[in-house]
Amino acid sequence: MSWGFLRDLLSGVNKYSTGVGRIWVAVVFVFRLLVYIAAAENIWKYEHDEFECNIRQPGCENVCFDHFFPISHIRLWALQLIMVSTPSLLVVFHVAYRENREKRHNQKLYRNPGEIDGGLLCTYLISLILKTGFEIVFLVLFYKLYNGFKVPHLVKCDVRPCPNTVDCYISKPTEKMIFLCFLVATSCLCIVLNLSELSYLIFKYSIKCYLKRYIQKHQ
Amino acid sequence: MDWGALHTILGGVNKHSTSIGKIWLTVLFIFRIMILVVAAERVWGDEQDDFICNTLQPGCKNVCYDHFFPISHIRLWALQLIFVSTPALLVAMHVAYRRHEKKRQFRKGDQKCEYKDIEEIRRQRFRIEGSLWWTYTSSIFFRLIFEAVFMYAFYFMYDGFRMPRLMKCSAWPCPNTVDCFVSRPTEKTVFTIFMIAVSSICILLNVAELCYLLTKFFLRRSKKAGNPKHHPNHENKEETKQNEMNELISDSCQNTVIGFSS
Repeated sequence: MSWGFLRDLLSGVNKYSTGVGRIWVAVVFVFRLLVYIAAAENIWKYEHDEFECNIRQPGCENVCFDHFFPISHIRLWALQLIMVSTPSLLVVFHVAYRENREKRHNQKLYRNPGEIDGGLLCTYLISLILKTGFEIVFLVLFYKLYNGFKVPHLVKCDVRPCPNTVDCYISKPTEKMIFLCFLVATSCLCIVLNLSELSYLIFKYSIKCYLKRYIQKHQ
Repeated sequence: MDWGALHTILGGVNKHSTSIGKIWLTVLFIFRIMILVVAAERVWGDEQDDFICNTLQPGCKNVCYDHFFPISHIRLWALQLIFVSTPALLVAMHVAYRRHEKKRQFRKGDQKCEYKDIEEIRRQRFRIEGSLWWTYTSSIFFRLIFEAVFMYAFYFMYDGFRMPRLMKCSAWPCPNTVDCFVSRPTEKTVFTIFMIAVSSICILLNVAELCYLLTKFFLRRSKKAGNPKHHPNHENKEETKQNEMNELISDSCQNTVIGFSS
């Protein structure tokens, strides 16, 4: 079980998305998942081994690393990817439920089970709101946990058992910062895509509703 | 999940590319992605562990490594490959959109639609003309820009394409100017030059494809202007059949490429 599962999930979701939704899937797939696996994972691979403090006191390095990195950037990134892709499952489940219903009653209940209207529209809108919410939550978490998106090359640590304030050096801080900026940029792009898709759908279906009522009134 | 997934996406675009585009795709997968995964990643695998500075001062090695390698070669290549492959997605989206429109026409029972069933629409190869020509040409243009930008970034960041054996570092907390030794500098130089050479070949292929498309466009325009009475449908079907045969031949060659796994 690996990222291949997420890839299959995203391909499945693609079928029931709007045009903007498909662009979102492509962005998540190419600029977030692929960059994570092909490049980012290896930068953080030996972060603990390469974290060095100017002290020989046993345990000081461990404690300082744990103090400054309660949860590693790369793990937070992976969690964000998973949480952001999961709301799309709601849409897949809803379509499967519709198809099941048609099979059970043995008659055509919907014009097209995959078409975004009625209940499926609500599910789709909820999934968009959840996706945007998760993106924002994780960005805020990143910002709050690490005091911004900058990775310093030196941190000063005075947690026990370190005998005094000790200099600790982080490995590859510039490279980590570059990839974090990349993560933030793609996150923001995905938020913008989600919000535009949300506004597009709300606008489209309110116009449809309004026209229907207008025609009914005049009949 | 690996580069194989990108291979699957781009493989779909292959069908609608010109012959030069197919060569470009093959060069990309065999000489760049495959070399990156199979060889280059191993060469740069121990880069920080084996980066040794002539000092016992803790932290000096970390700081010097970060100073000389703000972003590792291998990550820059991975980003370059991702960015360079992305414009092909534009073409894939355009083709998918056209297919969707044709399927809609077919479902409505439009008289103009000449397909017998949905399968034929799915398998059909679109000619590069009209709006698809513009999408395809802009994708080649963006590819060229990304290649050039990354090559320049490489040259700018590392002062050329040579990996030196020794670097002198005086960043704090190093107590004075300290000698730092890079691991496997010759092997890294060889691979860097190889990747740059293949990048240049890809740039040339893209330029050739751009010229080919522009020439074809202008020739077609002058033909249309000079001969308004030709029958496009008949010519289209014959050419499409020939293209499908060429495509089958090239696909069978493509299938001998070994799948990638990391």
